[in-house]
Amino acid sequence: MIWPLDIIIVSMVIICGIAAISIKDLLGAAILFGAYSFMMCLLWSVMGAVDVAFTEASVGAGVSTVFFVAAVFRTSRRSKD
Amino acid sequence: MESIGDLIIAKYNYWAVITLLLIGLYAMIAKKNLVKKIIGMNIFQTAIILFYVSIGSKKGATIPIILHGPAGSSHAVHAADYINPLPHVLMLTAIVVSVATLGVALALAMKIYSQYGTLEEDEILEKIMESETG
Repeated sequence: MIWPLDIIIVSMVIICGIAAISIKDLLGAAILFGAYSFMMCLLWSVMGAVDVAFTEASVGAGVSTVFFVAAVFRTSRRSKD
Repeated sequence: MESIGDLIIAKYNYWAVITLLLIGLYAMIAKKNLVKKIIGMNIFQTAIILFYVSIGSKKGATIPIILHGPAGSSHAVHAADYINPLPHVLMLTAIVVSVATLGVALALAMKIYSQYGTLEEDEILEKIMESETG
């Protein structure tokens, strides 16, 4: 573990998580959730879990974001909170 | 006796796990929008996966691929030189389960939207109360 890189990525993960649940636009929330998943994937590859990292990069940051964007386009984009 | 500052700095990814669990729990309980609740559920699941991967990591160890195995060489394999791969393999299953639950939850949210025309929880409850009384 390279700890200065690790602390930067951990704080980016927390910032992206807070931003994804506090933004009003649901499409923006989906994109920020994709950024959160990608930061989590970087954190796991720094911690040495490379198999978990590339599964998260393809499934978490790829397929989950596609699911969210498809669901937001089929329903409404606006959110009250 | 280590001070509280040492405790925060040395165990920072466990503090990140606690923070992410609280963010996900807050989003699941306090947010009214259904898509926000689903995002909170996913953040909660990723925080648990981060906890398990943090258990497996070691200081000064490399990734668990044995380059010089005991078949061709004479020296033994030291387990302290490699990161523990057992939590990683368990968490691969958890990632696949989390994307499956995400698909089911978004399909249910789209069905609720086609029935009630909204994704906000309070408006859905108002429409259910109206249809029961009137």
